[in-house]
Order: sequence, then C-alpha cells, then structure tokens
Amino acid sequence: MPKVIVEVMPKPEILDPQGKAITGALKRLGYEGFAVRQGKRFEITVDGALDEQRITAIEAFADTLLANTVIEAYEVHAVVDDANDSELEVTGLITVPAESPVA
Amino acid sequence: MARIGVVTFPGSLDDVDALRAVRLSGAEPVSLWHASDSLNGVDAVILPGGFSYGDYLRCGAISRFAPIMDEVIRGANEGLPVLGICNGFQVLCESHLLPGALMRNEQMKFTCLTARLRVETNDTVWTCNFAPGEEIGIALKNGEGNFRADRETLKRLEGNDQVVFRYLDNPNGSLNDIAGITNERGNVVGLMPHPEHNVDPLVSDTQDGEVFFRSLLSFLDATASV
Repeated sequence: MPKVIVEVMPKPEILDPQGKAITGALKRLGYEGFAVRQGKRFEITVDGALDEQRITAIEAFADTLLANTVIEAYEVHAVVDDANDSELEVTGLITVPAESPVA
Repeated sequence: MARIGVVTFPGSLDDVDALRAVRLSGAEPVSLWHASDSLNGVDAVILPGGFSYGDYLRCGAISRFAPIMDEVIRGANEGLPVLGICNGFQVLCESHLLPGALMRNEQMKFTCLTARLRVETNDTVWTCNFAPGEEIGIALKNGEGNFRADRETLKRLEGNDQVVFRYLDNPNGSLNDIAGITNERGNVVGLMPHPEHNVDPLVSDTQDGEVFFRSLLSFLDATASV
C-alpha cells in the first residue's frame, strides 16, 4: 500500500522548549556539541493508488490539520516501495510553506 | 434575560465552572455540545478551558473542526460575542478567529497560580466594564500558554490596541507579556487565565472575573436598547 510521510517541524525562528530540554539532557549525559529540535512524523497509508487527487488531499490536510503554519513548517514525502523503504520524491509533492519570519 | 452558551468538547474541564459563573452573573447559562450544529440562539458563546481531545496533535487543533465550530466561526464573523478561556483561547487561535498560536511554556513547566494582569484595553465586548490600565488577579493554570506570533502580526496587534491583557510577571515566555488578545472588531476575546474561577469569595482570592460577565451583559443591554 502506498505510504505518505508528513514531517512537521517548528519553524527555525520559533523557540522549541522541548528540543531545548532534550539538548540540555544530552549535555548532562556527556554528549557535547549537539542541538536538537523536536518535530512530528505522520505516516499515512493510502487505499488504492496514490494519484494526483490523493496527493492534493494530503497536501490540503497537512496544511489545515497536521501542521499549524503559524508556527510550523511541513514536508510531504511519498514512500513508494515499503519493502526497501526507499523514499522516492513524487513530482509536486514536496511542500514547505515559506511564511513571514516569526519573532 | 441574556442567554450565554458554553461549549463542551470531549475533554473540556471548566465548562461547568463557566456555566456557574454565567448563572452567578445573572444570565441564563446554556450548555452547548461540540457535535451539535446549532448555537440554540444564544447571545454569546464561551469556549471553556480543559484538554479537549487530550491536547492530541496540538492544543485545540482537533476541536477546531468540531461541527459546532462552524457556527461559532460564522457567528463570530457576524459580531457574536465569543470568549475563549485557556483551551478555548487555543481553539480560537487554531480557528484563525484570533491571530498567533500558544506553545509550550518556555520553562517547560505546568503553571498554576493567580496571575497578575494589566487590562490594556476596555474596547472589547468582554472588558468594557474594566478601567484601562486596571490591575487584576485571575487564576492561571496551563502547560502551553506561551503566546507566539510573527513580527507583522505582533505589530498589528499592538498598533490596533488588540492586546487586551498583559502579565505583570510573565510566567510562560509569552511575547510582549501577552495574556489575552481580541480581534479587530472586539467581539472575540481569548486569554489563558480563567475568569470563571474568580467569581466566588469562597474559592478565589479575587472576584475580578465577575467583570468579564458584567461587561458582556452591559454590552448586550446597550445593543438591545439601540
């Protein structure tokens, strides 16, 4: 079954308290020189073929429900071959809305 | 008698307190259900605090698509008074009835205290009985009350006098100490503190929450007599 991955990350300018807490924990564990930002990964399985219409639908709900574009950016990838888990880019499928920078 | 609706979502916690505060203010409280598509002709709507849908995905993100929200959004755009408290504020931001977003508190801690606030504007339906600059104390309890907006939005909010409440001691990292905002029209107000918890001397150290409800009733009286 075709699978689509939507990755949501806080925009770079946005404070990420969770990522900061993880970065702090790494330092306490002795891992120096790492900075972490935390996001979300959604795996969406699609009934039937992954056609233009389905792609448009996924882009629409990624933009309205999965991500809040006031504070988050998202990327959409299609995983065409589950077995090899090779992520193949589907034309027109990558979306990262560039909004005005957040204070 | 003014009829004020309070929406219950799955996971709302403070809907009953809000209904009680409405009753104590002398108005008629009306319970509204998230899955309904009718506001039952109420004169105003309160979106209460809590953890609707367990805060899954993002606070308020799933509630925003509840059937009743279509009616709340339609009403709000036509001037219906709407107050979003805590989770209700988050729902209003997710619905784009108010700009910006609420994120995890800067210090990553759940905050529970009486927040000292300054009323920045009384030019809203829900604050018209306050004096501008008045300092009040209202219960605050949340983990994600950190107000964020892009620079342009922030400039617009400040320029249009849409910042309604500011923290005197910012407890969560909110930009410009913002505790509550309004839309351009002044009929939709959202804030993280809980005015419905500050209406009864038995359980609260201030009764400053009463003024929210009195403000609404003054507004409804004034518009009814026009």
